[in-house]
Amino acid sequence: MSDASLSTLAAQLAAKQVSSRELAQVYLDRIAALNPAINAFITVDPDKTLLEAAGADVRIAAGNAGPLTGIPVAHKDIFCTDGWLTTCGSKMLSNFVAPYDATVIERFKAAGMPSLGKTNMDEFAMGSSNETSYFGAVKNPWNLAYVPGGSSGGAAACVAARMAPAATGTDTGGSIRQPAALTGITGLKPTYGLVSRYGMIAFASSLDQAGPMALSAEDCALLLNAMTGFDPRDSTSLEREKEDYTRDLEKPLAGLRVGLPREFFAEGLNNEVAAAVDAAVAELKKLGATPVEISLANSKLAIPVYYVLAPAEASSNLSRFDGVRYGYRAPDYANLDDMYCKTRAQGFGAEVKRRILIGAYVLSHGYYDAYYLQAQKIRRLIADDFSEAFKTCDVILGPTAPGTAFKLGEKSDDPVEMYLNDLYTIPANLAGLPGMSLPCGFDTKGLPIGLQLVGNYFSEAKMLNVAHQYQRATDWHAHAPEGLK
Amino acid sequence: MSLSTDDIKRIARLARIETSDAEAAATQAQLNNIFGLIATMQAVDTAGIAPMAHAQEVYQRLRDDAVTESDRHTTFQAVAPAVENGLYLVPKVIE
Repeated sequence: MSDASLSTLAAQLAAKQVSSRELAQVYLDRIAALNPAINAFITVDPDKTLLEAAGADVRIAAGNAGPLTGIPVAHKDIFCTDGWLTTCGSKMLSNFVAPYDATVIERFKAAGMPSLGKTNMDEFAMGSSNETSYFGAVKNPWNLAYVPGGSSGGAAACVAARMAPAATGTDTGGSIRQPAALTGITGLKPTYGLVSRYGMIAFASSLDQAGPMALSAEDCALLLNAMTGFDPRDSTSLEREKEDYTRDLEKPLAGLRVGLPREFFAEGLNNEVAAAVDAAVAELKKLGATPVEISLANSKLAIPVYYVLAPAEASSNLSRFDGVRYGYRAPDYANLDDMYCKTRAQGFGAEVKRRILIGAYVLSHGYYDAYYLQAQKIRRLIADDFSEAFKTCDVILGPTAPGTAFKLGEKSDDPVEMYLNDLYTIPANLAGLPGMSLPCGFDTKGLPIGLQLVGNYFSEAKMLNVAHQYQRATDWHAHAPEGLK
Repeated sequence: MSLSTDDIKRIARLARIETSDAEAAATQAQLNNIFGLIATMQAVDTAGIAPMAHAQEVYQRLRDDAVTESDRHTTFQAVAPAVENGLYLVPKVIE
């Protein structure tokens, strides 16, 4: 049952073959058995989950069920969840019980999806391995000596290990797509502005976007239907008609032009990943698609640009953590200023502090033009490359990450080495474009390989169509880690 | 460009993060590596390019000046480190 698609689970719930409470219990039992080794969850509260599931059962019995009612979901610990500990992976919020729901949480509650708990993540979503969490690293279900990617590492690992049928994630520079790739699941980062950021703890506000993580593109489409929509409480939320993201899933791919950015297949790409991505292109050709070579010439600047803009925005966003209104406060201090300095020194981990310092520096007097403004100008060049590319192709395809999962500890002492993991995912964030990752093979170590699709603005339905057709023709997404039954 | 430990301590001061000399020294090498990575963008000619602050060309919406939230200060202050009579307590700043 834990391998079932969301539509299968929904059909079983509708046919009364299983109740929402029973279904939640199946996943809670798996969490109890597997989470001690994987550490994908920061908070699990079976009583709360089962209470919400009982509510879903009432809705189903009354004939008020929607397409996802009764199916449990795990939420990244970046989303404020009323009455639940919401830590953002940080000591700074290790005692913070959120007094309200993020819009994403509210929407999933309205859809009737019980929460299975709060998933582990890199501290304040800053990381690509889930090793910066105050609550310890998450282990990759495919091999516990390897990282699951990050920052939505707990979300990815809990879906990969079938501890949850669906999870929420957030993606600022690849935090949904890279862990999805490293754990062999499907994850989608929507067009910036499609999903409300209200109640989602801010990292880099001009880049942060929430999205679904699940076992297939079809499941992601159903989850995206529940997540998106205008929210007046988020000033960057876009006022658009609601879409049905499942509408194009069954469309044939004949005539589809798939853009292959030459820069994504150059130096730095692991051979096994390259071969798996090439095989995926061949598969799409069999389905009627035509590959088109494109260039994203400025994408090589995406990492430098990102490591100016994201820390700049983060240093500003994280200034709110001062030990006054919520969260951690240092136990001893001499005066107010000392209280701020000690609270922040003790409450933040090393990577978060590094990024705050970078941000404070690039925004400081005398450096703003050379760094921040220059980065914003190159951001436009990167976005313009995509606009140009979409004149000759319908969807862009490439690897999600330059390699497969790496060992715990392997890159944690070298920030620059860690940052290079997001080489192929960051450009879509800078441009605000939707992107997704889906499994397309395994390396010789048995670790999953991720295929990335990037679409034009608001073309989620098309990306999901391509991904779904690929997943009908292949079974990479159906593989489950051994030894976790 | 290379940051000195004094630079690190100055930025840490701006960011209100207490940093010892040993921490500043450890951070110095890492930040200099990161700024080495960032430096590759300095050579790009961006004359005449408008900065892109945001992914979408949208304007801030205005809303009616109406009360939309209820008073929940007790709930919100329940998660504060120190509160008295509805006020957040901090060390004395005015003698």
